[in-house]
Amino acid sequence: MIKPKIQYTRVEPSNYGQKITAVLLIMVLIYICMSFWKGQIEWQYVSENLFTPTVLSGVWSMIIMTFLAMALGIILGVMAAVARMSDNRVLQSVSIFYVWLFRGTPALLQLLLWFNLALIFPHLSLFGLVEVRTVDVMTPFVAALLGLGVQQGAYTSEVVRAGILSIDKGQLEAAQSIGMTKFEAMVRIILPQAMRVIIPPIGNETIGMVKLTSLASVIQYSELLRSVEDVYYVNSRVIELLLVAAAWYMVVVTILSIGQYYVEKYFSRGWGADTAPQKQSKLTNAVAEGE
Amino acid sequence: MSVIISAEQINKHFDDLHVLKDVSLDVHEGEVICIIGPSGSGKSTFLRCINQLEVTTDGIIRVMGEIVGYREDGDKLHRLSDRKIAAQRSRVGMVFQRFNLFPHKTVLENILEGPVFVQKRNKEQVKKEALEILKKVGLSNKANSYPNSLSGGQQQRVAIARTLAMKPDAILFDEPTSALDPELVGEVLAVMKELANSGMTMIVVTHEIGFCREVADKVVFMESGEIVAVESPENMLTNPTHARLKEFVSAVL
Ligand SMILES: Nc1ncnc2c1ncn2[C@@H]1O[C@H](COP(=O)(O)OP(=O)(O)OP(=O)(O)O)[C@@H](O)[C@H]1O
Ligand SMILES: [Mg+2]
Repeated sequence: MIKPKIQYTRVEPSNYGQKITAVLLIMVLIYICMSFWKGQIEWQYVSENLFTPTVLSGVWSMIIMTFLAMALGIILGVMAAVARMSDNRVLQSVSIFYVWLFRGTPALLQLLLWFNLALIFPHLSLFGLVEVRTVDVMTPFVAALLGLGVQQGAYTSEVVRAGILSIDKGQLEAAQSIGMTKFEAMVRIILPQAMRVIIPPIGNETIGMVKLTSLASVIQYSELLRSVEDVYYVNSRVIELLLVAAAWYMVVVTILSIGQYYVEKYFSRGWGADTAPQKQSKLTNAVAEGE
Repeated sequence: MSVIISAEQINKHFDDLHVLKDVSLDVHEGEVICIIGPSGSGKSTFLRCINQLEVTTDGIIRVMGEIVGYREDGDKLHRLSDRKIAAQRSRVGMVFQRFNLFPHKTVLENILEGPVFVQKRNKEQVKKEALEILKKVGLSNKANSYPNSLSGGQQQRVAIARTLAMKPDAILFDEPTSALDPELVGEVLAVMKELANSGMTMIVVTHEIGFCREVADKVVFMESGEIVAVESPENMLTNPTHARLKEFVSAVL
C-alpha cells in the first residue's frame, strides 16, 4: 500500500533585519550623493577635465609606472625568494639583508633617497669604463621606478616564499627523481604551482602600487596626481580636479581587478575540472579513435 | 647477470639517530627485490639513499658500477655537482607512495617532462612512446586529463608511466599501493607484475605479501636499520630461517 504523497509548501524565514538594513543603507547612500551634488562642486569642471591631454598623460604615466615597478618588484621578489630557499648560504644572507633593508623604511623616504642620490654619489661609473653625472641618470622616472620597484620586490619576495612553502615536498622529489636539478625543479615545477597561491596577493599589491605611484609626485614625476595638481594650481578648482583623479584611479583599479580574475583562472588549471583548459592534440585524438 | 645496483655497507644517521646500519645488497639485472619490515625500520630511507634524495653518512652505493654522488679519485671521494647528481638520478626511476604527479600538467605533459626537458629527446618521438606506455598501463583515454581528476589507482599508474618514459636502468617503488583504497590496489599491482615479467629491475618496498610471493626473486627483511634476512619468497612463507621474519609475516597475513 503506497501512502499518498503530501504536497508541502516550503516557507523560508522572512529576514526582516536584512531588508531594513538594506533600505537604511540605500537612504544613507542617496543622502551622501545628494549632498555632493548640492555641495560646492562645479561638476562641469570635472567632466571638462576628465579627458584633457594633461590628465590623460598623467593616467598614462601612472599606468606605465605601475606596470614597470610591479615588473621590477616581481623579478626582484622571485629572485630574492629563490635565493632565500637555495642551499647557498651567501645567497640566503643577501636575500635576508635585502628584505630587511627595503621593508625597513617608508616608500616615500626611499623615493627621496633615490632621487637625491647625486648628493651622495655625484658621479656614477660602470667599472671605471663609462662615467656619468648622477643627476643626468636619476631622472624622476628612473628614481620613481627604482624607489617603488625595489621596495616592492622586498614585499613580493615574502609572498613568493610563502607560495613556494605551500607546495608539497614530494613535488621537488618527483622532479629530482626524473633528473631535474633543484633549480630546474623550482622553475618548471614548484613556481608554476606556487603561482596559484601567489597571484591573489600580487594582484592586491598591484592595486596598491597604482595608488603608491602618487607618492612619486613629490619627486616631480608627472603621474596622475601631479597632473591634476598642475591643473588646479592654474584654475583653483581643487576638489573638482581631485575628483577627476579619483575617478581615474577607480577605473584603473576596476580593470585590474577584472584582469586578476582571469589570471587566477589560468594558474589554477589542474585544480577542479571546470577550470581545466581543453587541450586536444591531433595525435592523442588519433589514438583514442583507433581504439 | 650484471649487477645494476649495489650497496656496500652503507650507514645513514639523522643527527643521533642511526637509521641504516651496514646495509649491503646487490641487485642484478632483471631481478625483483621486495623489501618488507616493520614501520621505521629504514626501508624508505634505503631507497632514498639509492636515489640520492638522502645522502649516506658512510659506505658507497653503485648504480651500473658507478659510485653515486661522488667521483672516485684514489682514496678520496669528491662530491659531484648538482647537475651530475641529477643526471645519475635520472637513470633510476622512483615511484612514491603519494604519487607526486605534477598537478598543473596533464597526464601526457607529466610523462613528457623528463624525456623532453631533461633528456632533450625528440618531442614527437617521445610522444608516440608515451602514448604506447599509457596504453600499457591502461590509460590511453586519459592523456589529456589533469591528475586531480583521476582516481588514486590511475594516478599511480601514470606515475609508473612517467618513470618508464625515462627508460631507467631500475625502478624503486616505495609502498606504491599504501595510499590506495583496497579495491584500487589490484590494478597497480597488475601493472607492476607485467613490468617485472618484462624484465625490469625493481626494488619494491611493500606490505603486499601476496605480491612478494608471486613476483619477487628475493625478499629482504629489514628491522631497526639492518637487513636481518634475505629469503626466497617460498621460504619466507613456509620455513623462514629467521624467527622475527616468521612473526612479521604471520602478523601481516
Ligand atoms: N628526514 C628525517 N629526519 C629525521 N629522521 C628521519 C627522517 N626521515 C626518516 N627518519 C627516521 O628514520 C627512521 C626510518 O625511517 P623510514 O621512513 O626509512 O622507515 P620505513 O621503514 O620506511 O617506515 P614506514 O614503513 O613507516 O614507511 C625512522 O625512525 C624515522 O623517524
Ligand atoms: Mg617508508
